[in-house]
Parts: sequence; structure tokens; C-alpha cells
Amino acid sequence: MSVLLIAEISGAYIALSATAKALSAVAPLGPVTILAAGDGVDPAPLAALDGVAKVLHVEGADYGHQMPESFSELILSIAPNFTHIVAPATAAAKAILPRVAALLDVMVITDVTKLESADTFERPIYAGNATQSVTSTDPIKVLTIRTAGFDDAPAAAAAPIEGVDPTTGSDLSNWVEDRVVKTDRPELTSAGVVVSGGRGVGSEENFAIIGALADTLNAAVGASRAAVDSGYAPNDMQVGQTGKVVAPDLYIACGVSGAIQHLAGMKDSKVIVAINCDAEAPIFQVADYGLVTDLFEAVPALTEQLK
Amino acid sequence: MKVLVPVKRVIDYNVKVKVKADQSSVDLANVKMSMNPFDEIAVEEALRLKEKCIATEVIAISIGVKKSEDVLRQALAMGADRAILIEAANDVHMDIEPLSVAKLLAKVVQAEEPGLILAGKQAIDNDMNATGQMLAALLGWGQATSASMLEITNGSAQVTREVDGGLQVVNVKLPAIVTCDLRLNEPRYASLPNIMKAKRKPLQAMTPSDYGVDVAPRLVINTTVEPPARAAGEILGSVDALVSKLKEVGVV
Ligand SMILES: Cc1cc2nc3c(=O)[nH]c(=O)nc-3n(C[C@H](O)[C@H](O)[C@H](O)COP(=O)(O)OP(=O)(O)OC[C@H]3O[C@@H](n4cnc5c(N)ncnc54)[C@H](O)[C@@H]3O)c2cc1C
Ligand SMILES: Nc1ncnc2c1ncn2[C@@H]1O[C@H](COP(=O)(O)O)[C@@H](O)[C@H]1O
Repeated sequence: MSVLLIAEISGAYIALSATAKALSAVAPLGPVTILAAGDGVDPAPLAALDGVAKVLHVEGADYGHQMPESFSELILSIAPNFTHIVAPATAAAKAILPRVAALLDVMVITDVTKLESADTFERPIYAGNATQSVTSTDPIKVLTIRTAGFDDAPAAAAAPIEGVDPTTGSDLSNWVEDRVVKTDRPELTSAGVVVSGGRGVGSEENFAIIGALADTLNAAVGASRAAVDSGYAPNDMQVGQTGKVVAPDLYIACGVSGAIQHLAGMKDSKVIVAINCDAEAPIFQVADYGLVTDLFEAVPALTEQLK
Repeated sequence: MKVLVPVKRVIDYNVKVKVKADQSSVDLANVKMSMNPFDEIAVEEALRLKEKCIATEVIAISIGVKKSEDVLRQALAMGADRAILIEAANDVHMDIEPLSVAKLLAKVVQAEEPGLILAGKQAIDNDMNATGQMLAALLGWGQATSASMLEITNGSAQVTREVDGGLQVVNVKLPAIVTCDLRLNEPRYASLPNIMKAKRKPLQAMTPSDYGVDVAPRLVINTTVEPPARAAGEILGSVDALVSKLKEVGVV
């Protein structure tokens, strides 16, 4: 068994926690080689993770922008040495790895939540309403790992870093710009606490009370699709079937009804709190603690008490 | 240019799914089936391109059981010009894997030579999010997934994509594949006269063997189970009570 793990890197920035979680998911399979492809990236932190046999480092503007056409070509150039090609299930990996799988004529397996063995994997289907166990009959397994349920691989003695050559690249697509929302808050998918707002929050201005509670708890801010569609919150905050999947120690849902598509992204949180004025809201069916009340009273009061 | 839109027939997104007692799959007998919501958005986007005289013809295509005709008729009623049904299964419980779907679509692309393929970002049954990317790879085309805005200008598609950090704008050379996210548009409803008209629009019936494609699955499904239910929670009477509970369980 030999595993190639594609580190999540945007520009020079390594999403270390996402990569370390995917690493601990696949480490039982055998030695892991990490591919660190980016633009100005220092791969040392990746080499210092436990279970890493080697880091392959390659630089290129297209890799930094996570362009699937060039990136899949790069992975293909080193793929033949590996039985498993894996990545954390980020937006970039979801764009790149199916492309790699098709070029290898194998079926991709996305959003893996558990590795039962080297060829058998668990993944959620139907917005998490069912869990499927599948065995791949393909010679190479191409997987994306849903990281929420895994711990970060610990630090260890540094593994060797080797340079590899970039491939020719592709002119099929060009990067134009990133519109990235800067925040000082913890990253949504790895935060220990998430405070989320839904349509009930009512406006972008009102979302400040969600932010205030989040800041008190050093939490990330999440949102429902309705809140994002209505412009109360940016798209990168969306939690759910088509947004981000989170499993923090504490998830506080404010003015969120709890549609299955939203639950798909948060129902594996350790403790769920729901604040909603409608006692019938489905969110209460997954909540450990519920407050049936107006969020505009409860959320500021909660913030005050937790300061 | 022609625009090809693959549409999948899936369980309606409002239906609460149940797992079959023998754990072989989700129970799809006698439940409401609909067009995959992301694919409705793809059809809508294709129609808007036709209304702007960028697309010349919109072709909807579905792969699955014969009943998938329903979603093709819906696409036609929305305004697609014609449809292709590839009957690849006779049991709704048999899902055709994205790799096979991509191989079939690649054959159709050879025959039809579309300038753009608009697919959904993911099918809400298997939640794979793979077919568009796999098809792009097989064709050697560029791709832009999770589109929330699309603009076609002289030979390329400028696409705003929803990514983890926010938005990314890319330019993809045509022909290309774009997969549609929820915020791209609001799909139209088909009017009654258009539903009637759709019944007479051309629908070509094919099989995988017509294209020489083997659709045998690569993944063996062992079990399909319901995820563990959460223990019942409690409704608390006040913010004070909530704070003491959270302190008690040690999360604040
Ligand atoms: C294919 C597909 C994919 C989807 N993917 C996602 C996804 O990834 N994430 C997602 O979230 N949704 C997703 N959705 C949408 C989902 O179905 C719901 O429409 C959405 O989650 C509803 O958001 P909401 O709970 O904020 O809004 P609503 O359902 O409108 O609920 C608002 C809630 O706020 C409460 N409220 C109002 N005012 C107050 C107040 N003052 N105090 C307290 N409570 C108040 C109301 O009682 C209500 O329960 C998807 C839908 C489809 C079809
Ligand atoms: N059987 C199918 N028939 C037609 N289109 C499909 C089929 N399967 C997948 N697609 C298309 O590919 C998209 C992504 O599906 P998936 O990769 O299965 O999540 C869907 O939104 C459809 O546009």
C-alpha cells in the first residue's frame, strides 16, 4: 500500500489542519507521501506530521490557484507509484480528483467518512440520511476525505522533502481573480465552536449579533443557505449538503429551521444548541438543548453571560 | 452553439428518505421523483443563453431507467429543444456511476459537438459531485465547477465559482463544462401550454450498447444504513439554564 496525499494549499497557504486530518484518516494504510504543490509554499510543516514518509514539493502559479486542468496533469505524472490518491474533501479537491480518477479510468469515491479497509469505504449519501459502505474494485483508489470526523495527525520528526518537476500545464483555463473574504475568526471546518444564523436573523446588519456571540466563544460563524441567498452572510459560511460540513464540540443554530440539507452539514456536532421561536422547527429534533424564544433576546443575553 | 444539459431523475428533495430493511439501498419504490435541483438550474441557464442568442439549441439528456423520460419532458417543457434518453437500468435502485455516465456523455458529445455542457454540481442522491469533472477529463476540456455566475464572451466562459474561501473567477476556453451551483439562477416553472407542447418535442431513445459503453459499476455496495439517531434533547426555559448546561458539559 502506498498513499499519495494531496495537501490543501492555496497560493502559499497550507490548510494544515485539513491536511493533517486527512493524513490521520489514511495513515493506517501505510507510508504516506504528501504532494505539496503551491505558489511560494514552505512545505516544512507538512514534513513534520506523523505518518509522512516523504514530501514532494513543486511550485507553479496554476497549482497555487488550484486549477484542475494543470493540477490533475501534475498528479497523473506521479500517480503510477501509488495505490491510493487522496485529499481532504475541499472545494479544490472536489474539482481536481474526479478529473484524476477519470484519466486513470477508475471511479472516484468522494466524502469518505471512514476507511473500513484498504478498499472499503464509508460515505454519506442523500444529504447524510443514509450511510453507504462501498468496496472499490479499481486498481487505484481515488478518494476525498471528509475531515470533520478525524483528529489532526500529531507532529513528528521531519520527513525528507524532495523537489519534483512541474508538468507542462494547460491553457484550457485561466485564473482571473479570487474574491476571498478575510476573517480573523477561526476557520469554519476546523473551529471548536460554530455559531450559525439562518433566515430568522433577518438582515446583514442583524448578523452582527451572531458575530458577537461567536467572538465571545472564539467561534467561527456559519449560515444557512437561506441566509446566504438573502445576502445576510457570504457564501463561504454556508453549512450543509452543498456547503461546508462541520462537526465542532458546540454548534449554536440561531433562527435556522433545520432543513435536512442544513442538518447534513452539522448533525455530527458534539453538542447542538438551537434557538428558534417555533417549537415545531425540525432543528429541535437534533438539538441537545433548545430555547424556544426570540433570538434577538436570547442571543445578546447569551453573549453577555458568556463574556 | 449547441448546449448539452445532463439531467438526472432523483428522489424529490422534500422527501424524507428511508433505508430498505435489507440494507441494499434507500427505498425508492413509490416515492416522489423529480429532476435533480442543480440540473433544473443548468437547464434554466442554458435557456437563458438561448434567449440571448448565444445558444442555438438546448439538448437535455438523461441516463437511467425509462421513467427518466419524466425529467426530460420537464426540461422540454421548460424550453429545451430536444432530448436524449439512454436507458441504462431497469430498476430505479441501480444507480449508474459518474464514470459510466461521463463515458456515455462523451460519446454523445462526439456525435452532437456541443460548444458547452451545463451540468449540475452534484446529484442529491449519491452526492458524488464528480460527473462533470470526469467528463471534462475524458474529453480533454476545461471545466469550471460550482458556478454562481456565467458569462460567455468570444470563445470562452467567464465563471464565478463558489469555493471554500469565497469566490474564484476563472476563464475557460470553449468547448467546456460548467457545473451549476444553487445561486446561479432561479429556474422557471413550465407553463401548462408548454407542458402540452413538450409532449410533441423529439425524444430519442438509446441504450449504452448503442454507444459501446460498459456501464458495469466499479463500486460494490455492501450496505446502506441509517446513520445513528441523536439522543433526544431537552428544551430549556431560559438563557441562564442554557449557560449552566453548557458549563456542566464543559463546552464553554
Ligand atoms: C439541492 C439543495 C441543496 C441545499 N443545500 C443547503 C445547504 O447546504 N445548507 C442549507 O442551510 N440549506 C440548503 N438548502 C436549503 C434548505 O432546504 C432550506 O431552505 C434552508 O436551509 C432554510 O434556511 P433557514 O433555516 O435559515 O430558513 P427558514 O427555513 O426560513 O427558517 C428560518 C427559521 O427562523 C426562525 N425564526 C424567524 N425569526 C426568528 C426569531 N426572531 N427568533 C428565533 N427564530 C426565528 C423561524 O421559526 C424558522 O424556523 C438546500 C436546498 C436544496 C434544494
Ligand atoms: N444518470 C445521469 N443522467 C444524466 N445526468 C447525470 C446523471 N448522473 C449525473 N448526471 C449529471 O452530473 C451531475 C453531477 O452528478 P454526480 O456526479 O452524480 O453528483 C448531475 O447534476 C447531472 O447534471
